[in-house]
Amino acid sequence: MIKRQYLKVLLLILAGTSLSGCSSIEPWVKPYERDRLADPIMFLDMNPVSSAYIYHVYEAREGARGGEGTAGGGCGCN
Amino acid sequence: MLMYLHIHCAFLRRLASSRTHLNHAERTSLNFRLRFPIAAIALAGSALPAFASVLPEDRTDFLYHRYDGGGVTIDGPSILVRKSVGKSLSLSANYYVDMVSSASIDVITTASPYTEERTQYSVAGDYLRGNTTISAGYTSSVESDFDANTYHLAVSQDMFGQLTTLTMSYSYGDDTVGKSDDPNFIRDNTRQHYGIGITQILTRNMIAALNIEVITDEGFLNNPYRSVRFLDANLGQGYDFEKELYPRTRTSNAFGIRTKYFLPYRAALEAQYRYFADTWDIESHTASLTYIHPWRDFTFTAKYRYHDQTGAHFFRDIFSRSEATNFRGRDKELSPLSSQTIKLGVAYEFLSDGWSFIDKGTVNLSVDYLTVDYDEFRDISTGAVLGDEPLYQLEASVIQLFFSFWY
Repeated sequence: MIKRQYLKVLLLILAGTSLSGCSSIEPWVKPYERDRLADPIMFLDMNPVSSAYIYHVYEAREGARGGEGTAGGGCGCN
Repeated sequence: MLMYLHIHCAFLRRLASSRTHLNHAERTSLNFRLRFPIAAIALAGSALPAFASVLPEDRTDFLYHRYDGGGVTIDGPSILVRKSVGKSLSLSANYYVDMVSSASIDVITTASPYTEERTQYSVAGDYLRGNTTISAGYTSSVESDFDANTYHLAVSQDMFGQLTTLTMSYSYGDDTVGKSDDPNFIRDNTRQHYGIGITQILTRNMIAALNIEVITDEGFLNNPYRSVRFLDANLGQGYDFEKELYPRTRTSNAFGIRTKYFLPYRAALEAQYRYFADTWDIESHTASLTYIHPWRDFTFTAKYRYHDQTGAHFFRDIFSRSEATNFRGRDKELSPLSSQTIKLGVAYEFLSDGWSFIDKGTVNLSVDYLTVDYDEFRDISTGAVLGDEPLYQLEASVIQLFFSFWY
């Protein structure tokens, strides 16, 4: 059941990219408008070594795992 | 599904315990399972600005971490070095140590306090070609009775004028579980992670990221030391203990979304939510809000995080009898619980004008205060009579002090 829900989400994402991705898309935020996004305080992960550690603590103290950090990464939780 | 992602469009073709020191006879659950090759995440280049096909920054971090709570103290260093080689390759390495001293609730009720050390090494590389980044890594984690090896591969593709980054990742891990009082005890686990993530620039002030992560485990998944308790009227205390027994497979699904907004003055607000569910019937919701405020050479951070979960179907605080169910566990992390975390952090930037080969440096200090309220797991260390034991509560502090240098 849960897998089906995720499958639907994935299919929606794929459908969206399929419909729009092959045509050229005009970026609605121009490169010269990205100065604020380039500020280090806007990085999604300002300190990878620190955030990896704290996610490790959460995974040790709670039953859930994954999905909190950026995509990817290994976690040998058992 | 991953194959389909690779081929469905032209732009994608360009793509990227409470272990105890045992009473010598019995060890119980490892209260703080330190077996996660976490550095693979740290090495994944995730500090990248969300909109540029560039390699991760060259930087080195020296981190000291300390966890203190529930009778458990864990501290140690983590050193992460990242350096680019030429214009298209970035290499990184991480050395991480956990030094554990445990007298946790599990330990004091069924075994004896212990000390333990875990050492972890990771190496990784990121290769950039056009708008595609290919990352690969390896992590090794070693304890006296637990070895873990993890291999990691990820592909990232910037698209739509670099407004969007799609990342697909896969990792494979194999663990060898031992038992300190039984040299003949050797069990294996395998573990696979599948991840898809999209980072999207929404406006000139706002970015968002969506992550889906599926993890499958197969093998010996319970702790060889931990025990469950069951009713036994023949004993004065009214209960006895027996070894826990988990299912040999577990599949979990996590769906996370986060968004970060640049406020009208120079500060940032980040909101994050994760939904989690697995085949052990654990379901959870996790949400957090973070505020980041720079002032002169300082950057202040405040964060609140809330987590709520149901318990695994085989968790019981006490079973009705010995071997009452096919599977059984009393790991409090698998019980229904809610937790809250408040984090305060400050960073100070120095050498802003550079010095020698160093472009800048920062020193960071943060404290996380964590509280966990367990809905069913009871504190049997109080000596209360059976049925009157209070529900267990945990308070812990997590301190991180680290220096970072960019070059």
